[in-house]
Amino acid sequence: MTDLIRLTAAETAAKVATGEVSAVEVAQAHLDRIAEVDGGEHGGVHAFLHVDTDGALAAAKAIDGKRAAGEELGPLAGVPLAMKDVVVTRGLPTTSGSKILQGWIPPYDATITTRIKDAGIVMLGKTNMDEFAMGSSTENSAYGPTRNPWDQTKIPGGSSGGSSAAVAAFEAPLSIGTDTGGSIRQPAAVTGIVGHKPTYGAVSRYGLIAFSSSLDQAGPFARTVLDTALLYEAIAGHDPLDSTSLDVPVAPVVAAAREGANGDLAGVKVGVIRELGGEGYEPGVTAAFEAAVATLKGLGAEIVEVSCHSFDYALAAYYLIAPSECSSNLARFDAVRYGLRVGDDGNNSLEDVMSLTREAGFGPEVKRRIMIGTYALSSGYYDAYYGQAQKVRRLIADDFNKAFAQVDVLVSPTAPTVAFGIGEVLDPLTMYKNDLATLPASLAGVPAISVPAGLSEGLPVGLQIIAPTLQDDRCFKVAAAFESASPFPEIPS
Amino acid sequence: MPDSHLSPRVSTSDVAHLARLARLAVTDAELDTFAQQLDVILGAVARVAELDVADVQPMSHAVALTNVFRPDEVRPSLPREDVLAGAPAVEDDKFRVPRILAEEA
Repeated sequence: MTDLIRLTAAETAAKVATGEVSAVEVAQAHLDRIAEVDGGEHGGVHAFLHVDTDGALAAAKAIDGKRAAGEELGPLAGVPLAMKDVVVTRGLPTTSGSKILQGWIPPYDATITTRIKDAGIVMLGKTNMDEFAMGSSTENSAYGPTRNPWDQTKIPGGSSGGSSAAVAAFEAPLSIGTDTGGSIRQPAAVTGIVGHKPTYGAVSRYGLIAFSSSLDQAGPFARTVLDTALLYEAIAGHDPLDSTSLDVPVAPVVAAAREGANGDLAGVKVGVIRELGGEGYEPGVTAAFEAAVATLKGLGAEIVEVSCHSFDYALAAYYLIAPSECSSNLARFDAVRYGLRVGDDGNNSLEDVMSLTREAGFGPEVKRRIMIGTYALSSGYYDAYYGQAQKVRRLIADDFNKAFAQVDVLVSPTAPTVAFGIGEVLDPLTMYKNDLATLPASLAGVPAISVPAGLSEGLPVGLQIIAPTLQDDRCFKVAAAFESASPFPEIPS
Repeated sequence: MPDSHLSPRVSTSDVAHLARLARLAVTDAELDTFAQQLDVILGAVARVAELDVADVQPMSHAVALTNVFRPDEVRPSLPREDVLAGAPAVEDDKFRVPRILAEEA
């Protein structure tokens, strides 16, 4: 019998479509795998906060019924998926990794959720994450950390660490993450899988619990470039419910992934970004990155070095802009309409109850970011902090435009380090530096993908490939070519 | 560890003020920790001031969209009972809130 959990999503969908296996068998194999390896707060991978056994089996059964009735199935019908807990799902608990939303059952589906259901993709459950997607290690989850399947003493990246770990641990072939400053790409890098942050506005934000609205973008994880592309095409496209959603055709990423798999990059100009490397990057990461660039050259790509001076200021700009937007977005947690309420004893005022609830419901990193944002937006500091950061953001976008006038794609290491130990990084600013290489693309809204690029100290390293706005297909072509020449490392089982 | 400057730019009373604005009932222990941490973080992000951006237009968003309108049509909203089911307190088909005004006299 085929080991159903090791198949790619494309293979699984093909077998379900021909009836070689049923969607129910596929779903059950993954539910069994989750029961075997996922554990919980105190041990195991702990990728999931909520496993929806009944819902998954019912969805799988519906796919099998459609096939039996001769209905046409989509390219991912019957394939299981793990959903980040920041995406609302009607009737299924959604916490965003926070105590303030413990027990909340959303009354509606996010657009991504609807699209996943419409595609016949089988949702297995909701994945762990840094609280409100603020973090780079999933240690900020109110429900305990997720553990990296490569080494369970290490972090799985963040904030989408549950989604990356679920795919790396063969608990699901596909998952959804969100990326505000690197929260898809860095977890993909440190767990040895593929993760794509789409062009800002390409995937609807309707039903995503907002962290930083001008930066938040949902996207796919998978173990192959083609699977990642298939999932992107299932979720992308204009949504009238999101006023920042782009009303443009979806980039043809599946075709690009198939084209790239031929391994021919002749005529493709690749820029190595000088500012995203060197000091602050581990030697093993730098070595793996240099080998990856040599591989791209071997595939026929022309390699040039480019300089984007403003990228040195991306971290400073991001950690003003994102906290500012978060301080505003998280004001909705007011103990009135949903979630926790603390201190409502009949004497305390609304304002007291609000303050006591937010104090009890938010973890330390969320409080820090709310206060940084509150500071940066206060009268007297606004121009020097938030206003200045917005101008730096423009310089970063301008530097991308200049670079893309010379090259087709830009590359860098995805993260400066391999997965570090759980509990090892305690200082907030040191934690923020995990995002050094991923922040510029977030600020400019351009698409980027992380693909596995070998190991350092036995742990995965990621190669980041960045493309111009709406040219997500370029990321996939180069990523697929790289994959064809540099088979992704197999996780030790 | 305290860094080079002698008096922190962010004091515990600054944190208390920020926490009040942000509706966070922080503890005294948190005031100290957050003051140290915010001081380091704000010191680092203040680097944005190093670049000459006098003539640069601020960028608030990656997507240059303005005035995105939808047709002004009446559509059904979520069922009231579904929405109230998630509320911490409900009374007479409405969200029940703690007292808003001080009870004088």
